[in-house]
Amino acid sequence: MSAYSCTLGGENFRFKTLAEVMAKATPARSGDALAGLIAESDVERVAAQMVLADLPLKAFLEDLLIPYEEDEVTRLIVDSHDAEAFAIVSHMTVGQFRDWLLSDAATPSALKALAPGLMPEMAAAVSKLMRNRDLIAVARKITVVTAFRSTLGLEGRIGSRLQPNHPADDLKGIVASTLDGLSYAVGDAVIGINPATDNIPTAMTLLSMLDDLRSRYDIPTQSCVLTHVTNSIEIIERGAPLDLVFQSVAGTEAANEGFGVTLSMLKEAHDAALSLNRGTVGQNVMYFETGQGSALSADAHHGIDQQTLEARAYAVCRAYDPLIVNTVVGFIGPEYLYDGKEIIRAGLEDVFCGKLLGLPMGCDVCYTNHAEADQNDMDVLMTLLANARAQFLIGVPGADDIMLNYQSLSFHDIAYLRNALGLRAAPEFEAWLEAMGLVSETGHLLQSDLGAARLLEAAQ
Amino acid sequence: MSDIVKDAWSKLRAATPARIGLGRSGAGLPTGANLEFQFAHARARDAVHSALDVAALEAELAPFEVIRVTSAAMDRASYLRRPDLGRKLGAGEAEKLNARTPCDVAFVIADGLSSAAVQAHAAAVVHAASEKLDGLILGPVTIATQARVAIGDEIGAALGARLVVLLVGERPGLTVADSLGAYLTYAPKPGTKDSQRNCLSNIHGKGGMSYDQAASKIAWLTRAALERGLTGTGLKEESGAVETENAPLIDGA
Repeated sequence: MSAYSCTLGGENFRFKTLAEVMAKATPARSGDALAGLIAESDVERVAAQMVLADLPLKAFLEDLLIPYEEDEVTRLIVDSHDAEAFAIVSHMTVGQFRDWLLSDAATPSALKALAPGLMPEMAAAVSKLMRNRDLIAVARKITVVTAFRSTLGLEGRIGSRLQPNHPADDLKGIVASTLDGLSYAVGDAVIGINPATDNIPTAMTLLSMLDDLRSRYDIPTQSCVLTHVTNSIEIIERGAPLDLVFQSVAGTEAANEGFGVTLSMLKEAHDAALSLNRGTVGQNVMYFETGQGSALSADAHHGIDQQTLEARAYAVCRAYDPLIVNTVVGFIGPEYLYDGKEIIRAGLEDVFCGKLLGLPMGCDVCYTNHAEADQNDMDVLMTLLANARAQFLIGVPGADDIMLNYQSLSFHDIAYLRNALGLRAAPEFEAWLEAMGLVSETGHLLQSDLGAARLLEAAQ
Repeated sequence: MSDIVKDAWSKLRAATPARIGLGRSGAGLPTGANLEFQFAHARARDAVHSALDVAALEAELAPFEVIRVTSAAMDRASYLRRPDLGRKLGAGEAEKLNARTPCDVAFVIADGLSSAAVQAHAAAVVHAASEKLDGLILGPVTIATQARVAIGDEIGAALGARLVVLLVGERPGLTVADSLGAYLTYAPKPGTKDSQRNCLSNIHGKGGMSYDQAASKIAWLTRAALERGLTGTGLKEESGAVETENAPLIDGA
């Protein structure tokens, strides 16, 4: 197709397919280089961005990046596209869409109404034309409210997942980390354990323990053991106290196969969790995780860049009305996101695209020890994401996950964001924190030990 | 912090190696805890980026014959960015391995993501394991740098080994930066799938698997693999009850 070409500085650039335009327009990252999809020069990248800016948004409806017949994620995207919601931007090019998003015409309510009209590929395309500040400015305007026992996503608030992992799933060790996190006002989005031993009996033991702890203190939050969706279905059948169904998902049918998951499985799990009716202020019962590079690592990327595939994963998430969606941005390693700069960019892209598509999008601000990144990079990303109004961020004790062997944010960091940016915990959770004597009326941690002492009674 | 609360936290701290009860300065980490964290991260980064002292390792491996090879990854940066290059030998390197007498077992030592792990534990594991492999023909030991697990397939095939035992530095964590992994592959050849290997992980001195435990498992798996003609998901390790399910992520692959 000769449609994809432009002349820049006297040089003519041609791109064979829409997929090539998308890949080459993407800000540089190691995963696209590994896949052989990256622009060959900085100038070629700008040429691709110029071509992309002039493409009509409608092009993505006509030129499907992965064929409808081959991929159930494509079928989900096409079949669920809301043409009426799309109408307000349907005449625009990708470049005009960027200008509109940044303008005052794109109000919070207009953006909310637009979400079901956007294909993930459109969100990915426009993000490739946006600088980091643009991503923040638009993401910040978007509010996505979800609820279970706490209400997340409300104006002026930021949630947190308390992640109390232990390398041997030791119950006392997990309780110790959980109490530590609660004393920092962390855990309003979810208390979620990655089990070291991924089987049904372990998950059931952990769920019962968390549910006992939550009931004992009457904490308005939800718990989750991050085990495979098929395990959760089984656990529900066996009657364990399961609040949220967890699953990692990706943007192609083949990559989801690598996770051992299909859309029909997700629907079955969603229905099963809804049938328990355990939420008190809402019934968003799904928790999804995603991350750029997952499709490439499963050799299931169809020649599409990793950021576009990540946005397609959000189409999977939004079909099941999740409570929270988490991009585990730096976890996958430097072959996909090499350094702090690439991790920061990807974290912003993911939260922007997720929110634009109507998702309660949060982020695990994290890195591995073989990435060119450190806690300073995480400080930057968490501050940017809090400004972009991510639904929630993850906190682990001292930023060190001793089971998964990577670094995230510490409980202290969540407190820093709330203090420095004037953000607060979910209202139900905040009321509980105040009643426990853990935070002041302004949401600041109290110097007094009274609240911590009350919490610690459970551990004695 | 009151004494009662301090005391309660110290009890909790005994329940987990997690960094709990650190205290706070405002909403920040206290200076001491912050520096402890920096130290742990610095040590993990050094484990990733320090070059393996190949000469020292070779001396420790005596009396084994040692062959040194490099992967197709030219340096650490390309090793980290291009996993595919770390899985194959550099140009011309295979010639060092050809025309040898076939053997039953060849040990390969790959630096992987922690040269510190290889430096500290690899020679000891080779010696301890080889003592338990009486009656089998052992080939030379190959030291491969900028190397990932699958490089053992090409090396084993070139050496004419029936089975390769590859030792590799695992992705370092903040608590343990020198954890060694062992991968056993029967009938090694390029293109072997990861599901066709058996893996031991967490060989290190901070509560991990001991040299003797690792050697026993390697010997048991080696004899079972040679007898049954396979490694991987079809071969379950049954030499004794040491918990391996809680192993950290193996990222040398």
